[in-house]
Amino acid sequence: MKRRLLARGGLWLWVWAVLAFLFGPIITIVIFSFDRSNIETLPIRSWTLSWYQVAWHDEQVRQAFVLSIKAACAATVLALLLGSLAAFGVHRARFFGRDTVSLLLVLPIALPGIITGVALNSTFQWAGISLSIWTIIIGHTTFCIVVVYNNVVARLRRTSATLFEASADLGASTSQTFRFVTLPLIATALVSGGLLAFALSFDEVIVTTFTAGAQNTLPIWIFGAIRLGQQLPEVNVVVTAVVVLMLIPIIIAARLTGRDTFSSSSTRAPTN
Amino acid sequence: MLITAFWSLNGFTGNVTHQLTGANFHQIASGSYPAIIGRTVLLAALVTVTDAIIAFPFAYVMARVATQRAQRLLLVAVLLPLWASYLAKIYAWISILERGGALNWTFQHLGLPSPNLGFTNGAMWLTFSYIWLPYMIVPLFGALERIPGSLLDASSDLGASSWWTFRHVIVPLALPGLVAGSIFTFSLTLGDYVTPLLVGGANSTLIGNAIYQNLLDGGNLPLAAALSTVPIAIMVAYLLVAKRFGAFESL
Repeated sequence: MKRRLLARGGLWLWVWAVLAFLFGPIITIVIFSFDRSNIETLPIRSWTLSWYQVAWHDEQVRQAFVLSIKAACAATVLALLLGSLAAFGVHRARFFGRDTVSLLLVLPIALPGIITGVALNSTFQWAGISLSIWTIIIGHTTFCIVVVYNNVVARLRRTSATLFEASADLGASTSQTFRFVTLPLIATALVSGGLLAFALSFDEVIVTTFTAGAQNTLPIWIFGAIRLGQQLPEVNVVVTAVVVLMLIPIIIAARLTGRDTFSSSSTRAPTN
Repeated sequence: MLITAFWSLNGFTGNVTHQLTGANFHQIASGSYPAIIGRTVLLAALVTVTDAIIAFPFAYVMARVATQRAQRLLLVAVLLPLWASYLAKIYAWISILERGGALNWTFQHLGLPSPNLGFTNGAMWLTFSYIWLPYMIVPLFGALERIPGSLLDASSDLGASSWWTFRHVIVPLALPGLVAGSIFTFSLTLGDYVTPLLVGGANSTLIGNAIYQNLLDGGNLPLAAALSTVPIAIMVAYLLVAKRFGAFESL
């Protein structure tokens, strides 16, 4: 009994250590974003909000932010359309070749993002399409689709097919069934899938590098600034803002669908 | 999604066969590339093992020890960092590990020698393990949670010690989750170039960096594409093995 208690205590200690490991770094950057000093040095001597002001008025950051928002919105809309269509398709045709389908669905998820990036980049070059906001949107849509798909498929799996049959038996047309039965059933899954897709797109670096050309999205700006070691106090602020901004859609999505949203970890895999 | 995936991959292979001669692959097999590939695979394996070790007890507590309420809280605690900005996490580790960073500072105040981990392969290992950890915890938690409690009761009723139950009942049943998690940790490390570029040092070039440099800095698309086949081949082989363990159900 004593050994058991000891083991249990050890496990909980481990849990607390992992939690500290998970949150420590994120808390660190948030704290540093209020540091007045130009260079990060410990202990922090004085606190300020002035870097927030600097970042807010930085024209480059603003442009990058606007581009990120635009691309994320467009990619989300496209992903909602294509992802839910794919989900309906696969859900209905579940009986034949299911194993193959599952492998084909997993493959693009499991392939590193850089592969998607190179593939898109070479396709664009080959087709003579010059890189613009549209190529960013196409690139982001490819992985946003997966999120929407996962959410909708999870919901469809939980809804019984008898509901649709009942609707048809009661004389509803296909479009009526869709409008009054299917859509309300999957509405929250769609919204949460869309929100997650938005967050994903807003944060994406790897695929964007290969599809953005000369333009900066916000993550690309952050990447460049860290790499060159310039404007680091501003990076602290921008990065903190991104973390906070991303939390909003994530929390709403989690509220809407509960564990459904995250039941599969592949939700977030395709990007990085 | 399938159409998009195939469209891009087809365009990609079409492009490669168009210009591919043995020379590209010959180039990969010589020079510095084998060392880069070896380093990448080794690091990916190391990160996977590290994450598995950190994640297992945590996922076990989440799935089998914690109360419902604690379980929900822990799940949120894992998912929030998972969805926190990727660059934010990398930047956090840069500022922790660099010379005047929090880690050296703490060690100094404890009277220990500075570890000076910044911009080394060790820093890369730590950062990767950190970023991908939630990807290991979530599927592992799923697998552990699905184990019926009656099986564990049966095992102890039949006289098995807790260690025996752990070794012969829990671990085999958690294996699909473990393998599913390892698909993420392995694949994500394999294709990353941002972390090595920002956190790593002079000797930290990974396959991803080689692809990135050839494509964006060198403009050598065929060589970059040929290099891309390396992670694809590794991942396809890995997935085929993973399928054997029934990992796809846990993804």
